[in-house]
Parts: sequence; C-alpha cells; structure tokens
Amino acid sequence: MLKQLPKFHCNDFPSSVSFFQLPDAPDHLTELLDLSADERLSILATLLRQGSLQGSSIIILSPLMDRPARSGVMAEGIVLLDNVDFRLPEIKALLALRGKPFHPCENFKEQSPFWCLEDLSEDDVRSVMARSVCAKSAFELWGHGQTDGELRTSLLNYPPQSMSPFMHKDSTYRINVYTFNKTLLFADRIKKIDALEYLPFEGTVSLKTPQHIFCLLEDYGSDPNNIPQHPDYMYFGRWIADGQRELIRTHSVKNRHFIGNTSMDAGLSLIMTNHAKVKENDLVFDPFVGTGSLLVACSHFGAYVCGTDIDYNTIHGKGRSSRKNQKKAALFDAIITDPPYGIRESTRKTGSYKENPKLPDGNYVESHVPVSQAYHLSDIFTDLLNFSAHHLVLGGRLVYWLPIYRPEYCDEMVPLHPCLQIISNCEQTLSSHTSRRLITMEKVKEPEESDSSAHLSDPRFSTYQGHNAFREKYFSGLNKRCGKDDTKYFNENK
Amino acid sequence: MKLLTHNMLTSHVKGVTNGYPLLIKATEVKVNQLDFNPQFVSRMIPKLEWGALVQAAEDLGYRQDLPGELVVDYQQNEEFLKKVHRVLLEVEVMEGFLKCPESGREFPITKGIPNMLLNDDEA
Repeated sequence: MLKQLPKFHCNDFPSSVSFFQLPDAPDHLTELLDLSADERLSILATLLRQGSLQGSSIIILSPLMDRPARSGVMAEGIVLLDNVDFRLPEIKALLALRGKPFHPCENFKEQSPFWCLEDLSEDDVRSVMARSVCAKSAFELWGHGQTDGELRTSLLNYPPQSMSPFMHKDSTYRINVYTFNKTLLFADRIKKIDALEYLPFEGTVSLKTPQHIFCLLEDYGSDPNNIPQHPDYMYFGRWIADGQRELIRTHSVKNRHFIGNTSMDAGLSLIMTNHAKVKENDLVFDPFVGTGSLLVACSHFGAYVCGTDIDYNTIHGKGRSSRKNQKKAALFDAIITDPPYGIRESTRKTGSYKENPKLPDGNYVESHVPVSQAYHLSDIFTDLLNFSAHHLVLGGRLVYWLPIYRPEYCDEMVPLHPCLQIISNCEQTLSSHTSRRLITMEKVKEPEESDSSAHLSDPRFSTYQGHNAFREKYFSGLNKRCGKDDTKYFNENK
Repeated sequence: MKLLTHNMLTSHVKGVTNGYPLLIKATEVKVNQLDFNPQFVSRMIPKLEWGALVQAAEDLGYRQDLPGELVVDYQQNEEFLKKVHRVLLEVEVMEGFLKCPESGREFPITKGIPNMLLNDDEA
C-alpha cells in the first residue's frame, strides 16, 4: 500500500517531524518505521493530506533524529532536538541567577551535544541543574581526548588529590558509558570500562547504590547515516547532577484538569521561566494568561504569579476573567507571555466599533459579554513592550513568543523599545514557512516621556500591521508548494 | 481577590482620570491559611500603595492594629510582616463589587476573580 502513495517533497511539511507509534497502530503504518526519514516524511505528508491520519494512532512529535541536539553543563545533554536554540540563553540565565559568568572552554561549539564550562563550583553546577530543562546531566570533567591514548594522557594528568576523595577504598562506585549517536553492545561497554583500569579505583563496585558515579561519554558525531567506527571525541568525568527533564512529565498538559487549545507545552513553559530568570519570591505577570500554563511553571520555582485574560470561558477553570490595569510602576520581576497571534485564538480587546454604542440595559449584568474589537498584532506587541517598560523592575525580563513568516523574517523585525534590551532570540520552527521566536528582553532603564511610543510608527511592523494580516500569511503557505522556494529565498535574504 | 491584587487594580473607564483606589463592597470574604514568607512580604511592601491597603483592610473589617503609616524597620519586624501577610495574601474577597471612586462604575467580583472588562460605551 505504501508504495502506491505519490511522493511529496519534505518541504511541504515541518522539517522537524518524526513518528512515535502506539501499540494499536494499523499494520500499514508499522512499515513506516523501516523507511528512511525522507521516505517517512513524504508518506506522512500524503496521509495527512488525505486525512487518513485523523484520529488514528500515530503521534507526531518533533524531533527528527538527524539533527544534533543534546547539551549539558560540562557534558551530556538535551534530548528535545527542537530546543537546540534555547539551550544557550537558558544556561546563561541560570548562571546569571547564581551571579556566575558563562565561561566556555576553547573549541566551544553551541551546536555540540557536549559543552565544557569553566570556573564553576560544584554548588553552582547543582543550582543550574536544579532548574535546567535543556541540560541533561552535568559532570566534573577529569579527562578528554580524540583517541584512547589522548584520553589516557589527559586523565593521568588530572591531579590525584582531586580524584582520591572519590576513589578511596571505603567508597563505592559504578561507571556508566554514554554514547551519542551510537548504541553499543553490552560486551563493548564492559570492554570500554575495563580499558580504564589505569585509573586508581580502590573502592568497591556497587551497581545499585553507588556513592559516586563516573561516566565515559563518547561522541559519535551527528549524522545517523554515517556513524563512525570510533568516537570523534571522548570525555571522562564524575557525575554531579541531572537536569529537570522529568518536570516536563510532571507538569504535562495531559495531567491538567483544564486546558485550552493554545496551552503551552510544559517543557517550553519551563524554558521560558528560566529565560526570564524567575526566582523564589518573584512576582510574575502574564497579561494573556489563558489557562495559566506559563504561571504553573513559574510557581514551581517559587514565584508568586498573577495573570489576566479577556476570555471568560478560558479562565472559567477558576471562575471569572479579569483585565487589570497596573497602578504603579516597577511592580513585576518578570513578565512572561504567549500573546494570541490570531491563528488558533482570535486577537481581541475590549471596545466597540459603533460610534454611538447602545447603553447597557440596567446594571452590569453578570453574564454580559463586552463587545471586543480586533486587536492588531503590531498593537499587541507595542502595548506589551510599553507595559513591560513601565511595570518591570530594572533588570526584570520580558519573555514572549513572536510569530514569524519565515520567507520575510529578518532580525530587524523584532519589536524594539528604548528601555528594553534584547537578550536572546530563539527560533522554534512550526512549518516550512512559519515559526515562532522566543524573545527575551531585559529592562535596562526607566522610561521617560519621550520613550513611551518610540517605536510605534516604525515600518518594520508592517508584517503585523492590519488585523489578521499574519493569519493570512500563515495559511497562505498551506495552499501552495512554497516550501523549497521559500527556504531559498529565506537564505538569500538572511 | 486578594488585597495584593486590589492594590494593583485601577478603573479604566473612559474619561476617568483618578480611578484609584477602588472601593470594596464585599458580600463574602474568606480567610485562607497561607504559609508565611517574610522575604516575599518584605519585597512587596515598597511596591504597595500603603494607604490603599490599609483602607481596603479597614473597609473589610480586617485592619486590626495595622498602622496608617508604614513602619520604618519593617524588614526586621516579623510581627508587623505577619500582619501585612495576613491582609495582603490571606484575606480574600470572594463575592462583591469594586467601585470606581470617580465614575461610580461597579466591577463585579465572582468566585474570587474581579471582572474589570468594560461595556461597549465605556472603553
């Protein structure tokens, strides 16, 4: 059956799609798993176009395993390939919370799954890992190298007095072997561990409850179709801490009592919280709170949260909605939000187009739904930036999503404000022609009279000018085969 | 609605220049037990409109002996911080109205959430 399906080019489809199969998947879908990534994509695109997958048992998840993506403080890292872009700002923000600078070692590559950082104490690393959802594990690096010989030399140069507290004869330990982009047989892992015999291990091995865990980490590059025989690089170190990836499960949207159609994914909510440097006892505000996913993540890290929304029904999980105006300046330590783009939620604000609106009958009836009017995307961002400039504390951060029509995007389109400095700008691809960017800004000065509308008339906002202009662009790509050409256009104009 | 929230709300009916502070007319008030966090209360105090908080507590009958002027060394004064904690975070208006001091417009509070949305002619 599969072979009869016409092929579609992968660019018709988000580049970061892969498939996870449930046990009750129909037989013909099972075969998908044996195909190459390219073939799978084209078939899935076909099935989606035919509507065959509606209600069926395939879950589409990003990531596709052909892009590198793991990271970590001083080593192994992240699993969600989609979030590669988010790692550096997260780690930097978490280090800044500790008052520590980000000092990568020589040869640092942002795209690498392994990062080595310098000048950090074990407590620093623990505090970063207690928050990070991008980093998988952190290690104290004892040695590294491209070959077994190099690794050995490097390890033997590590000061014995730094090793001995973890290797003396009353201690218990185990050694793990982690490989990136390759799976080793059990026997091969044992061989690798045995080859480390030159290290002065004096303690007893305990697989279940060791006091210390050591890891050999091997990097086999990032191309799954061309896995080398020997690792490109090796690291050996003492395990310190794991990141907070399990939080993504505990806070999963699936476990919530009440969600909406744009509830933010738990992992991204936590990443936004980290980008915003939210810490204990902070007051965090979300002007488009919706079902509160972002605030759930903030409160997990000990912040006090508040939010507003225009939508009665959405907030009804708790009761009535509210839209509040802040009385005073410099109130919030962070503002994190996911504004409505008008794709899945309409953009509205209170107000009316009528010149002489009818007076309401009687008093303010409980069930009265105020007329809302179209809210241009450009106005949403202008209002959001102005609001943040006035109500953030100095050094406080605004973190929000900006929708992007990729063929037209350039960095200059990101809204600016004289009081807010851009800290990071990370892309999450949604399809061949659209993506959203997570923008982090920090308040660097108090607003003055002249600042209030400084960027209002800027022509850069044309993309977001006009109600539903972005929505029209968003959907335009679905009707034409623009993927390949768009990408080309996009690259040329970068 | 906690009084912390009330402290941040203002009436934004068209034409109103001074819509702050909103008067509270409560028909149901609840007091929740909440963990006392002196650091958070200390950090919030300088951000508060103190007069508005005291007035709101007074109107609800929960002022007790909260002073009209902010004490100077509040950071060290745990007893004082506990009082602020109580009015700021524990006292919650569940049902009632907020009234704009200038226009008299009333905003309903239902199930603890104030509805500040305006009608067609007011925005």
